Amino acid sequence: MEPFKKTTSIVTPLDKVNVDTDQIVPKQFLKLVQKSGFGKFLFFNWRYDENENPKSDFVLNDSKYDNSKILVAGDNFGCGSSREHAVWALQDYGFSVIIAPSFADIFFSNCFKNGILPISLEQSIVEKLQQESDSIEVDLENQVIKTSSEKIPFEIDSHKKKILLEGLDDIAQTYQFEDEISEFEKKSTVPSVL
Amino acid sequence: MGKTLFEKIWDAHVVVGKENGPSLIYIDRHLVHEVTSPQAFDGLRMNHRKVRRPDLTIATMDHNVPTTDRGLPILDQTSSVQIQTLEKNCQDFGIKLFDINSPNQGIVHVIGPQLGITLPGSTIVCGDSHTSTHGAFGALAFGIGTSEVEHVLASQTLWLEKPKPFEIRVEGKRKNPHAVTAKDIVLSIIKNIGTGGGTGTVIEYRGEGIEDLSMEQRMTICNMSIEAGARAGLIAPDEKTYDYLRGRQYTPKNYESLVEYWKENLKSDDDAKFEKQFTLHIDDIAPQVSWGTNPGMTCDVTETVPTPDEFSKGDFNQKKGAEKALDYMDLKPGTPIEEIKIDRVFIGSCTNARLEDLIEASKVIKGQKVSENVRAMVVPGSQMVKKQAEEMGLDKIFTDANFEWREAGCSMCLGMNPDILSPGERCASTSNRNFEGRQGTGGRTHLVSPVMAAAAAINGHFVDVRKMDLN
Repeated sequence: MEPFKKTTSIVTPLDKVNVDTDQIVPKQFLKLVQKSGFGKFLFFNWRYDENENPKSDFVLNDSKYDNSKILVAGDNFGCGSSREHAVWALQDYGFSVIIAPSFADIFFSNCFKNGILPISLEQSIVEKLQQESDSIEVDLENQVIKTSSEKIPFEIDSHKKKILLEGLDDIAQTYQFEDEISEFEKKSTVPSVL
Repeated sequence: MGKTLFEKIWDAHVVVGKENGPSLIYIDRHLVHEVTSPQAFDGLRMNHRKVRRPDLTIATMDHNVPTTDRGLPILDQTSSVQIQTLEKNCQDFGIKLFDINSPNQGIVHVIGPQLGITLPGSTIVCGDSHTSTHGAFGALAFGIGTSEVEHVLASQTLWLEKPKPFEIRVEGKRKNPHAVTAKDIVLSIIKNIGTGGGTGTVIEYRGEGIEDLSMEQRMTICNMSIEAGARAGLIAPDEKTYDYLRGRQYTPKNYESLVEYWKENLKSDDDAKFEKQFTLHIDDIAPQVSWGTNPGMTCDVTETVPTPDEFSKGDFNQKKGAEKALDYMDLKPGTPIEEIKIDRVFIGSCTNARLEDLIEASKVIKGQKVSENVRAMVVPGSQMVKKQAEEMGLDKIFTDANFEWREAGCSMCLGMNPDILSPGERCASTSNRNFEGRQGTGGRTHLVSPVMAAAAAINGHFVDVRKMDLN
C-alpha cells in the first residue's frame, strides 16, 4: 500500500447524508475480479443519465473539481453494504481523503486498508469546508487541516495513523504475532467445521 | 462489574489485547462468497500466502447466481467468470465449496445456520454486511471488507476496535403474531433509532418480545442490525437455539457438551453495563412499510407518506434527504400507504426467505391470484429451504397464485443477477435495503414482511394484513 502523508487540493462538496455504498458503486459493477478500474463507476447512477450521458447537476461532472482529492460529504457516509469496491472506486477516481461528520463502521475500516484517510469532524466544520473554494491541505503527520483562513485539528487512532503513514502491509504485521495465534488455537474449544 | 454477552464473546477471542487501539481477535468461522473474495485470494497469491485454516472456512455462491434453471449455462459472462474464479480459488486453497449444483447451496446467511456451521459463542465473519444474521444464535458475527477477508484467510484473525454494547429491549406481546412479524419489529427499531443509531456498537436484543420469537424470526431481527449501522446484533441463546442446531449436517460431534458450556456462559450478567439503551413496546405495533430510500424511512401501513418536515424533526440535512427520497420514490406526502400501487413483489433474501417466511406468506395467498398488474416471485433462501417447501407443497400454492418459484440466491435483493426492477417499477420486497437503484437502476423498493408482500401481491397495493384471517 502507498503511504499517505499529506495532500493538498480543492474540496469536492457532496451535499448528501446517509450516502450508501450502493450509490458509491452500484451493484452491476461488482462482478469484476480485480481491484483496479472502479473509478469510472463511482457514483454512477448520480453521475450519468439512462443513456450514460453526464448529468450536469452532479458535482463530479463540474470540471472545476476534476483534480480534487478531497471529498467532503454528509453524515453516516458509506453506510450499507460492506463492498470494498466503494473504496476502490473513490481511490481510483482520485480521492485520498474523505471528510464527513460520521462514517459507517465497515466503510471506515475499509478506507485504512487502501490508503484513504477518512476524517470525522463536527457538522458545522464540515459544512464550512463544503463552502471552501480555495485549496486545503490535509496533513496526517500533524493531524491538521489547513485552509486559507484557519487550522482545523482532527483525531485519528495512533495505530491507524501509523498504517497510513508507513503504508504498512496489515497481514505482515499480524504474522509477527504467529506465536500468540498458535497458542490461542491450541486452547480454542471451537471445533472445525468439517 | 458484570459483562455483557458481547463482551464475554469478545474477551474469549482476544489473541493480542491492547489498552488503547485495536485488539487481535480470533475468527472461528469464515464464510466466503463469489463477489467479495476474488481480490482477497489474488492478494494471497501475490504474496505467496496460504489459507491458515481451511477447516474453519466455507464458501458458496449466492450473490450473482441466476435463479432460473440450474441446468442452463450462465449467460452473463462476468458473472460466470466470478463464479468460476471462486471455484478455482476454493480448489487452489483447499476450501469446502457448496457450488451452484450443491443441495447445500444458498444465501450464505441462510445456509450457515441450516447446516449447523453457525455456533453460539463463536466469532463469524463474511465479506457481507448481513453477516449480523448469525447473531441470532448468540454468535458475534459481522461483515467485513475484502482486505479483511484476505487478512482472515491469511491469519484467521482481525484487528478490531472494541465496539460498545447497546441494549435494545423488545417488550410486550404482539396481538396478531402472524400479521405483525419480526420484520415489523426490526423496521420499527430502525425507524426509531435511525440508520446511524447503532454505529460503533454491537446490539444485544433482549426482552419478552425477543424470547417469544422463533430462531428464524430472530435471524430476521439480527440480519437488519447493520441497517441501524451496528457492527453486529446478537441474542442470548436459549433452548430454542440449541434445539435448532441439534443434529444438523455440520453440527459438532461434541455438541451436547458444548451446549452445557454455553448454558453456563452465554448470557449478559445482571449487573452488566450497556453504553446505550432503547426499548420498543410491541403490544400495539402495526405492520411496517418503508416509503423512502433508507430503512429508517419507514411508517405504519395505516399511516400516510410523511412530509419531509414531519420526518426530519427539524434536522435540515435529514429534511433534504427526505425530499430527495420522495422525489426518487415518486410519492407525495399525505398519500395513504394502502393506496400505493405496486408492480412487482419479491419474497426472498437473507432477511426473509427461510421456510417459516414462505409458510406464512403462502397462507396469505392460498387459493387466490396475484393481481393482474403485478409480477411476483419467490426466491427461497437456499436449495434446502426450496426442497423443504416443495415437500410441503408450498411451491404449488405460490405457482397456482401465479408467483414465479425460483432457485436459491440473493437475487433481487441486490439485483446482481438478471432479477432486477426496470426503471420506475415499484416493488414490495421482503429484503433489507431500499436504497436508490438497489433492486435495479431507477427501481423503487418498499421494505415489508413476507405476509405484507404476499398481501400486496394479491391486492396490487399495500394492505394492512391484520385485516386478513391468517390462522
